[in-house]
Amino acid sequence: MHELSLSSAVLDTAVRHADGKKVKLVELTIGALRQVVSSSLEFYFEIVSRGTVCEGARLDLNLVEARVRCGACETSWTLDDPIFRCPSCEDSEVEVLTGNEFFVESIDVEEEACTAQR
Amino acid sequence: MHRTKVRVAEDALDANTTIAQANRADFDREAVRVVNLMSAPGAGKTTLLEAIFREGLGELRAGVLEGDVQGSLDADRLSHFHVPVTQINTDGSFGGECHLDANMVRSALGEVPLDEIDLLIIENVGNLVCPAEFRVGEDAKAMVCSVTEGEDKPLKYPLMFRTCGLVVVNKIDLLPHLDYDIGKLRENIRSVNPDAEIMEVSARTGEGVEDFRDWLVRAADREAALA
Repeated sequence: MHELSLSSAVLDTAVRHADGKKVKLVELTIGALRQVVSSSLEFYFEIVSRGTVCEGARLDLNLVEARVRCGACETSWTLDDPIFRCPSCEDSEVEVLTGNEFFVESIDVEEEACTAQR
Repeated sequence: MHRTKVRVAEDALDANTTIAQANRADFDREAVRVVNLMSAPGAGKTTLLEAIFREGLGELRAGVLEGDVQGSLDADRLSHFHVPVTQINTDGSFGGECHLDANMVRSALGEVPLDEIDLLIIENVGNLVCPAEFRVGEDAKAMVCSVTEGEDKPLKYPLMFRTCGLVVVNKIDLLPHLDYDIGKLRENIRSVNPDAEIMEVSARTGEGVEDFRDWLVRAADREAALA
């Protein structure tokens, strides 16, 4: 359900960088720990972007799995469930390597072919 | 027309974080410590604050920033306790925002008497999802989790349970009437957030509430926090 709030944050970031140009694509990197439902984010983005330079823009989502490492025995593994305890030594000092990302990487904007002609 | 790729490389929540830092700077200037109190709807945040203010916080001067989608029912309940309460309503956009963000808090700061308080408790909108994402300029995050919610909640809402330094387990007076395994809840909290402090309280009977009061006093102690 946080996808509405997050889609608004994505929109604001994209609009700020678009410099008034029409945005065709927004490229995002999203870590698994953010618990974002891709289809839900796309659904809300379509709605919140109406009437902005991002209207009709497509989202390109790079999904990153949650990789963590045990601080005690240095075992690293992929989290499927949110259990931050080492499967090898049971230690709970667990460092998150990837999975917290929520980045706007780039946007594709439309440029006029020749700005000299009006 | 042709397409150009514009590199952004920015956390989508950076704008919120920047405003949160501005809030934090204002709080620091007035030497006010800030606690962001979150929970699911109905977990007992307001009842817990009532229990706190009924006995008072001693020397500590506290204020409350009350976040709700609509209305001032919670603020009205707290207004009896001679603490400054400021209401923020998040409605007005798309059915009402389900959380407070840094900008909403910023817009309300003019009405909060920062020079008259040492501790500001921000009672967030009841929701276990979105409030976990948005910093508002707080020093500490705490959550209330009631025993009527089920022991599995930390595993279902890990983002919220991971972001909070304190989990207050409320409504323990109901335990005799429930099939609830509080040991299981503790184990699940530990799984997602090994460092979280956990306390068991009943805001209704007052049991354990002094633990939360002590925590608030510690949270407000700038020297202790710096040390």
